[in-house]
Amino acid sequence: MKVEQISVFLENKPGTLQQATRVLKDANINIRTLSVAETADFGILRLIVNDVEKANKVLKESGFQVSKTPVVAVEVPDRPGGLHSVMEAVSKEGINVEYLYAFVEKSGENAVIIFRFDNPEKAIDILTKNNFTVVPGKKLYEF
Amino acid sequence: MILRDFGPTVICCTPSYALHLAQEAKAMNMDLKSFKLRVGIFGAEPWSKAMREEIEKSFGITALDIYGLSEVIGPGIAMECIEAHNGMHIFEDHFIVETINPQTGEVLAEGQEGELVFTSLSREAIPLIRYRSGDISRLITEPCRCGRAHIKMERALKRSDDMLIISGANIFPAQVEAILVEIEGLEPRYQLIVDKAGALDALELNVEVSDKIFSDSGSVKELQKIEQRIVKDMQDYLGVEPRVKLVGPNTLPKAGAKVVDKRRM
Repeated sequence: MKVEQISVFLENKPGTLQQATRVLKDANINIRTLSVAETADFGILRLIVNDVEKANKVLKESGFQVSKTPVVAVEVPDRPGGLHSVMEAVSKEGINVEYLYAFVEKSGENAVIIFRFDNPEKAIDILTKNNFTVVPGKKLYEF
Repeated sequence: MILRDFGPTVICCTPSYALHLAQEAKAMNMDLKSFKLRVGIFGAEPWSKAMREEIEKSFGITALDIYGLSEVIGPGIAMECIEAHNGMHIFEDHFIVETINPQTGEVLAEGQEGELVFTSLSREAIPLIRYRSGDISRLITEPCRCGRAHIKMERALKRSDDMLIISGANIFPAQVEAILVEIEGLEPRYQLIVDKAGALDALELNVEVSDKIFSDSGSVKELQKIEQRIVKDMQDYLGVEPRVKLVGPNTLPKAGAKVVDKRRM
């Protein structure tokens, strides 16, 4: 049920993000969603793409430091309180969120939130029990 | 404040710290020249002629160079006389000095440039016999106008090894390497950049992000933890506080050029 996120280390200087997006473009990889975390010296680009293996391979070959990180995608209704209901369920069980980002499906009815939990297995378990839709990687990549 | 209130006539510190003091005094609108200071004794790190002039001008003092080795005595092996202000008299009643060819170990004639070698005469606990300083200099045999008969040495601006002197602390790149390999998952692919930040030395340490430290989480927190660990270990073991910067894989030169010294002497 987990989704694989591509994490790319980026030095904080002009042009590095552009180089990464160029590599993905040239390999014909589509970015489903992304987020960039930044500090004073470096950033981490987090990507959900349509072809994880290929993205991993081409970025590595181009000299980027890349890793695959397991994250959890949860579908929530795109209306007030959508995210809150998920947070409520996981916080009750003492699960910590390291980071999250979101995107809205093309149909526009639901939002998909990408979570990095400290304990992904337990989180998936709790979410399924609470009738949330945990989106499997395969489905997400092909949206 | 202490300089003003106690009115010392001599100051002794590193030259970069003296310049730092001068800047601070200026910022506080204090005129150092109005203080009682007469002479400054500066050493523990290489300094340029321009730095000397700047110190003399801002403090209104004569700045003298002192030479020492932490392993032998610290400061106090040689010092300039106030009369000639040129070349440091070696205290020959306490040390025998020789210059050698650092490659062959052959003793050179006085006056030829080579590595300074010291033998202590008066130290009882840890006497040193023909101790290689690693400093490259030249002995001056011409008589000095101050009348002292002790031989003089020129300022040692070169090393026979790769030791760096940063804010008075002695650092070998191999020590930095040893610190990096001790940290789980790090590889010693690094570059040290030494520069001046105002009057003081600034050390920047670039370290490549290895597969291992980037592998599991892709989280900022983990990488920052590593940065902090490097800074702490450098402080604890080497007494310097570098600015650590993680850089992408294979972005640093593979061999050589592990040290870039941008300070101009």
